[in-house]
Amino acid sequence: MLRVENLSITFNEGTPDEKKALQNIQLELKPGDFVTVIGSNGAGKSTLMNMISGALFPDVGIIEINNQNVTTLKEHKRAKKIGRVFQDPMAGTSPKMTIEENLAIAYARNKTRTLKPGANKKRRALFKEELERLHLGLENRLSAKVGLLSGGERQALSLLMATFTQPDILLLDEHTAALDPSRAELITNLTGEIVKETHLTTLMVTHNMQQALDLGNRLIMMDKGQIILDIDGAKKQALTIEKLLQEFKRIRGTDMDNDRAILG
Amino acid sequence: MFISMFNAVESGIIFAIMALGVYLSFRILDFPDLTVDGSFVTGAAVSALLIVNGMPTGLAILAALLAGFLAGSITGLLNTKGKVNPLLSGILMMTALYSINLRIMGQSNIPLLNQETFFTQLRSIFESLGIDRAFDQGLTALGIENLPSTYSALLIMLIVTFIIKFITDYFLKTEVGLALRAIGDNEQMIRSFSANTDHLKVLGLGVSNGLVALAGGLYAQFTGFSDLNMGIGMIVIGLASVIIGESIIGTKTIGRTTLAVVVGAVIYRIVITLAIRSDFLDNGDTKLITALLVVLALVVPKVVETVKESSRKRKKRQALNQQVRRGA
Repeated sequence: MLRVENLSITFNEGTPDEKKALQNIQLELKPGDFVTVIGSNGAGKSTLMNMISGALFPDVGIIEINNQNVTTLKEHKRAKKIGRVFQDPMAGTSPKMTIEENLAIAYARNKTRTLKPGANKKRRALFKEELERLHLGLENRLSAKVGLLSGGERQALSLLMATFTQPDILLLDEHTAALDPSRAELITNLTGEIVKETHLTTLMVTHNMQQALDLGNRLIMMDKGQIILDIDGAKKQALTIEKLLQEFKRIRGTDMDNDRAILG
Repeated sequence: MFISMFNAVESGIIFAIMALGVYLSFRILDFPDLTVDGSFVTGAAVSALLIVNGMPTGLAILAALLAGFLAGSITGLLNTKGKVNPLLSGILMMTALYSINLRIMGQSNIPLLNQETFFTQLRSIFESLGIDRAFDQGLTALGIENLPSTYSALLIMLIVTFIIKFITDYFLKTEVGLALRAIGDNEQMIRSFSANTDHLKVLGLGVSNGLVALAGGLYAQFTGFSDLNMGIGMIVIGLASVIIGESIIGTKTIGRTTLAVVVGAVIYRIVITLAIRSDFLDNGDTKLITALLVVLALVVPKVVETVKESSRKRKKRQALNQQVRRGA
């Protein structure tokens, strides 16, 4: 469903600040794969996400979504195939607009926008039905402005908006990192439920090792712009934080230098 | 008194169309677009030129709208494709339009005094139907002596402006309109939902300046001339209308906000008229009054809010204190 080949990018090339953010990344996601990506700060996780979504373009390499080469496709065009949830709960919704209007915007993601009303009776019924899956009572607040919702509610809505139109790829960029533990757990559980029900091909970046172990069928560890570990299936089921840290030490020869990744 | 209020409402309702245009750029797109000062005159110039050349008045108004749309689109292209700062894009376009407007008119002023305009046509229709006479009789019965020459401009413009308001309301709730609104609110988000923000901004600024030029075209026919300098300070008048209206009527829904803009434009005209009628202020002071109005509309609601909030808290504390005393 997603194929990344030989992807590389260097920032500030030829200066003392030169940084090889991604080096020859090879990655292939089969339909329905739910891959969690971990790694310390600066490992290239977010760069990889931004490159798949089209916010950044690679120096070399190919990105294919659903067998279509999208490497040079602009962000908004690529967005027809991609659902995204950002780290900042404020980033995925429009605060001055109502819940219904936000969902109507998301509904049009994989369609051509027309001069027909964004919300009609039929769509409103669909929005309500979808909102019920969040168990937050938002289905009764369709005309409430999104700016009035709490961070957790907004992130749950963002998650719904990114997924209910069945994108080819779902990108989750540390989407629980800015929430308090109980809200983060809620969003983590919702993510698990929604991905399981919809079988979306998902790539989730996280700082939280436990979350990376709990969710998904495959785990990738990145370091210094490279994928250094790729574990799936039964092997992933048997993984623990301890084993992950040992693996890192075995591959890199040093301890992982990120407390947040361990404790977070 | 009555006649000057009548005239204020009459021109206010035409300026309301311009204010709706400013609302689209300033509030919906969050784009401080100074093109308005130029595109208002472009509308007036195109409409006056076509009328002098014997074109139908309706066509002249439509052409004004299109010319404004074009001007706004260019500002949009400067900003999106040329990556020029929004404020600067507007200033550049406004400056360029000054020369373009002079080219369109060929001189700095086109009088339309003995020409047939949209408003003279309306007037003769109203006269032949006897509507004006009926109103005159009604108002005379109320004891008003100084009567307006016609009621046609006010009544028809009320209808036209409200039709434009309702079309705007509808447009802002369509799929395209929703995406447009999201641009001014959260641009990153709307891009991640596959909207081409560049195209939408060009479209939004086009429509915005189209409305401004439409108002300019109507205003030229209404006052009977087009002048190169009639657009100076138009953006501030538009902003004043938006801000005054919003602070009085509120912004709960789109329909209410556009109503606020229309009402704000009329109130602005009334306040200016009242101020100029006073003994110590004259025409030259209108810009100062405009600026003060905007400041008032921005500051007063905040002060009222603060006072309300602190009195609510004081009451709450008092109630709590009493409870504590009673408990003790």
